[in-house]
Amino acid sequence: MKPAPFRYADPRSLEEALDVLAADPGAKVLAGGQSLLPLLAMRLAAPATLVDVNRVPGLDTVEVTGDGVRVGALVRHARLLHDDTAAGVQPLLARATANVAHPAIRNRGTTVGSIAHADPSGEMTSVLALTGGSVTVATPEGRSTVGWQDLFVGPLETSIAGPAVVVDAFFPALPERSGTAFAEIARRKGDYAVCGAGVVVTLDADRRVSAVRASYISVGLVPEVHDLTEAVAGKPVDGADWAAAGALARTLVDPDTDIHASADYRRLLVGVLTERTLTDAAREAAERTAA
Amino acid sequence: MTSVDTPRIDSERTVRVTVNGVPREATVPVRRVLADALRDDLGLTGTHVGCAHGVCGSCTVLVDGDPVRSCLVLAVQVDGAEVTTVEGLAREDHQGGQVLHPVQEAFRECHALQCGFCTPGFLVTIAAGLEARDRSAEITEEEVDELVGGNLCRCTGYANIKKAVRHAAATMREDAS
Repeated sequence: MKPAPFRYADPRSLEEALDVLAADPGAKVLAGGQSLLPLLAMRLAAPATLVDVNRVPGLDTVEVTGDGVRVGALVRHARLLHDDTAAGVQPLLARATANVAHPAIRNRGTTVGSIAHADPSGEMTSVLALTGGSVTVATPEGRSTVGWQDLFVGPLETSIAGPAVVVDAFFPALPERSGTAFAEIARRKGDYAVCGAGVVVTLDADRRVSAVRASYISVGLVPEVHDLTEAVAGKPVDGADWAAAGALARTLVDPDTDIHASADYRRLLVGVLTERTLTDAAREAAERTAA
Repeated sequence: MTSVDTPRIDSERTVRVTVNGVPREATVPVRRVLADALRDDLGLTGTHVGCAHGVCGSCTVLVDGDPVRSCLVLAVQVDGAEVTTVEGLAREDHQGGQVLHPVQEAFRECHALQCGFCTPGFLVTIAAGLEARDRSAEITEEEVDELVGGNLCRCTGYANIKKAVRHAAATMREDAS
């Protein structure tokens, strides 16, 4: 189908964008459009006005510091995927982005837009949670930082209300002596995952497991971070029972059944992907921890 | 005159865009997606619309050199941009005719199409992908899968499309050396 009629503005500054949004409660922000345009085409959304922020200057930057990576609202997935500096500080960014849709979608879709879209099958919502990240929200009153725990309310729903533009997302740096991994099972590579997992393993100075965290894709209504440390706490990195951590993860998740997979199958995948990703992440953590 | 602090809000706009090297102009409702503007306003019916919501890849075109789904971009968003459609892949020869792109040649050579509906999207995606990579390196199976993975073909079963990708990559490798 074709989108229902709407009006269109492409403001040249953030202030202008907020003006249009403030004047029209039925207005919606358009960035990459790779999630919004399908919703419009299927008439699941029919905003009165689209506020296209693509011509707003200053939103297309990736700032990398020792503290983390700040990704501007107009940074496309394809750019983050190939940003080696950002990947050096937070490897989950490139690893997860490689699983975001297909190259043609990644050329257009934005990381921040994907987060603001709040799809529980989105990779970057989960990475924001797993890294303990936040977003910066600009409103006519000013800017505020919203942590991931306060951001996601439900599927395709965030706590952001009223005239607002999410101007960036901040992903904290990977802690020292840590490793990460990300993996998905999809019916076709690049399609929405039936299940996906991102993990972070942290070791102590004696190369024993001190923290294990995981976040899943297409499991649950909003991104969650699960602490799996108790299954392997204090174990030497080479002798940890990652299958036990996978088994623990299966008891913590509450997936839904849909046309592509039953809840039981998704729970099975959570266990499999947890063991698989933790094995890889632990190897990386060991490499990053001096013997 | 519109003041700078009151942005224009329109239901219709005139879009100026360079398509396959030719400056074009069309006045379109702002809700019109690029795929429909190319076909209906500019008469370039080589771009095919399959699913119209970003799944099938048939409508893939290049915007400023990068493959994008033209059903997921509004025509008004490409104002000022350069667009390449399947009609723009072939090159002029020096006798007033055209030379097919190596990917087009490879599709013919390898029988990589049957009904042809999805073919424009494959051609544009693969051509851009092969041009962006290091041509001197032999293409890997993983690269081939990634190049065709975003496009749906319901006829061929992909074997001949993948064969065509390898064939075109080899041709472009020879041309580069």
